[in-house]
Amino acid sequence: MMPENQGNSTVLQHVTGEDGMPRLMLAGKYTLSALGQRLHTLPAELAAYAADTELQWDLTGIEQMDDAGAVLLWRAWGSHRPSHLLLRPEHERLFTRMKEAPAPPTPIPPDFLWPITNLGKAVFLLWEHLTGLVLLIGQILLDVIYLTSHPARIPWREISANLYRTGAQALGITALVGFLIGVVLSFLSSRQLQTFGADIFIINILGVSIIRELGPMLAAILVAGRSGSSMTAQLGVMRVTEELDALTVMGIPHSLRLILPKVMALGIAMPLVVLWTSAVALVGGMVVAEIQLGLSHQFFLNKLPDVVPVANLWLGLGKGVVCGMVIALISCHFGLRIKSNTESLGEGTTNSVVTAITVVIIIDAIFAIVFSNVGLK
Amino acid sequence: MTNEACVIEIEGLHTRFGSHVVHEDINLCIHRGEVLALVGGSGSGKTALMRQMLGLEMPAEGVVRVCGEPLHGHDREKLQSMRNRCGVLFQKGALFSALSVYDNIALPMRELRTLDEGMIRDLVMLKLKMVDIETRHASKMPAELSGGMIKRIALARAIALDPELLFLDEPTAGLDPELSEGFVELIRTMRTELTLTIVMATHDLDTLVALSDRVAVLADQRIVALGSLREVVGTDHPFIKNFFRGERGRKALGCTGDALESTSDVL
Repeated sequence: MMPENQGNSTVLQHVTGEDGMPRLMLAGKYTLSALGQRLHTLPAELAAYAADTELQWDLTGIEQMDDAGAVLLWRAWGSHRPSHLLLRPEHERLFTRMKEAPAPPTPIPPDFLWPITNLGKAVFLLWEHLTGLVLLIGQILLDVIYLTSHPARIPWREISANLYRTGAQALGITALVGFLIGVVLSFLSSRQLQTFGADIFIINILGVSIIRELGPMLAAILVAGRSGSSMTAQLGVMRVTEELDALTVMGIPHSLRLILPKVMALGIAMPLVVLWTSAVALVGGMVVAEIQLGLSHQFFLNKLPDVVPVANLWLGLGKGVVCGMVIALISCHFGLRIKSNTESLGEGTTNSVVTAITVVIIIDAIFAIVFSNVGLK
Repeated sequence: MTNEACVIEIEGLHTRFGSHVVHEDINLCIHRGEVLALVGGSGSGKTALMRQMLGLEMPAEGVVRVCGEPLHGHDREKLQSMRNRCGVLFQKGALFSALSVYDNIALPMRELRTLDEGMIRDLVMLKLKMVDIETRHASKMPAELSGGMIKRIALARAIALDPELLFLDEPTAGLDPELSEGFVELIRTMRTELTLTIVMATHDLDTLVALSDRVAVLADQRIVALGSLREVVGTDHPFIKNFFRGERGRKALGCTGDALESTSDVL
């Protein structure tokens, strides 16, 4: 596109001058764009010429030279001027600057204790996360106590916005996943039960497993992935764009205005999402039971309260409340830890979701142990 | 159709964001080797015009050609080689926050795949020296740097490939006066060594006076004045009056001789 740069490659001409001295004439353009692929071979050629210290370097034929060209020659010469050098005056500055250029920083020597150092760092990091979470929970409790005496300060708008975002907008995806899981579970169980002639127990299996276990877990994992990541990313971006600092200098505490509404909203929304997911999953199971085993849905619905104690429902909803609040707390904790660079944002969001999902499963295990005597016949 | 003398050619450019009209029928030719300053009030579309020249924005109408090549063309190699000749200094630096200072400047050089690591190291140190950054900062991350340093390192990255075409968006905003002067000096030096075409959007009158060959004034969605500083100052437009003939304008223009006096006679 710029025709003068094409076909006008750099010229190296080795001649013997009038005084009988060997002379190297350089001409053309010594710029990065003009050199192009020549850069692969040129350094070796130049270095070979530079081995001859008596060689006269005639650079006056060079029309244009940029830093790349100068560095190329400078490196060939071994970081000093050759004894015989002819140079255009405007190129003088390039080589003067080269002489002034500082040495690159020395690389850090490898540390052979790295496994121990890394382990130590990981332990400290875990401790940091734990104390950070405890501090955050403490701050939220203090905020709640403050709000009980100043009810006008309760951030209703934020709570309602978060309820909509984490609850109402999650209904679609939780319904889809819940329904499909219900269908699959019912299909597989009914095939097994048919071989024993125990068709009727499909209601027990679906009822207990979905209401007590699968509904809450599905909802919690989906919400952790969906709302948890968005909460972390939101706080992280607010850190990057200095919005968090702007809030602080206005005297608006983060915990009260950003974190408390998220925790409360998810604490309210999660049990409702759990209820919804369980209901849709049961519908999915019921449909398959009717097709596969011929159990009518009226029968299914009539039998359900008899075989599944209501304690299971309360247990599921309780898990929902706890998981919701924990997901929000973890997401906010990771969100606040994000530093103002993009790398940290990505890392923080990943860690937040992974931690939230892990903790949700741990909470489920704790519930299973603590309430092992509740709701099961 | 294409004019050989124009490095950047803008024909009948319209820019719209939704129903908001930013540019209306802009025609501009930027000659090889000149420094063109884009001037305008905030929101007048200086940055938007620069983004059009960089191909970051799609024109609603009209065409932008860089080196005779339409920006939204499909020839991948030509576009890439054109991009390698352009250096851009963004308003806030736009350093890659995941990379260290050294790697930020080395990135465009590594992308060429023609330079070996030793040469890249020398070039990076040279560029850092040019923008007056000490070696000990080379391994720092952008988040650890001050605003002025980010700007200078961004400039070092912009000139990493010794571009023929340099875009500067508010180059001296956020620099202290001494650094601004150093910056102006640096650009002047580079111009003596290379045929450098510079497009800059600026508010800083001192930089404008010191560097620009021509000035384009953006107002009312159009270019209301285009020409040398003296010609532009003489144009009768409320924005120009405000900008150049206010207190600051008088001070900055003082050094260009009696431009003000001679034009005030005309007005």
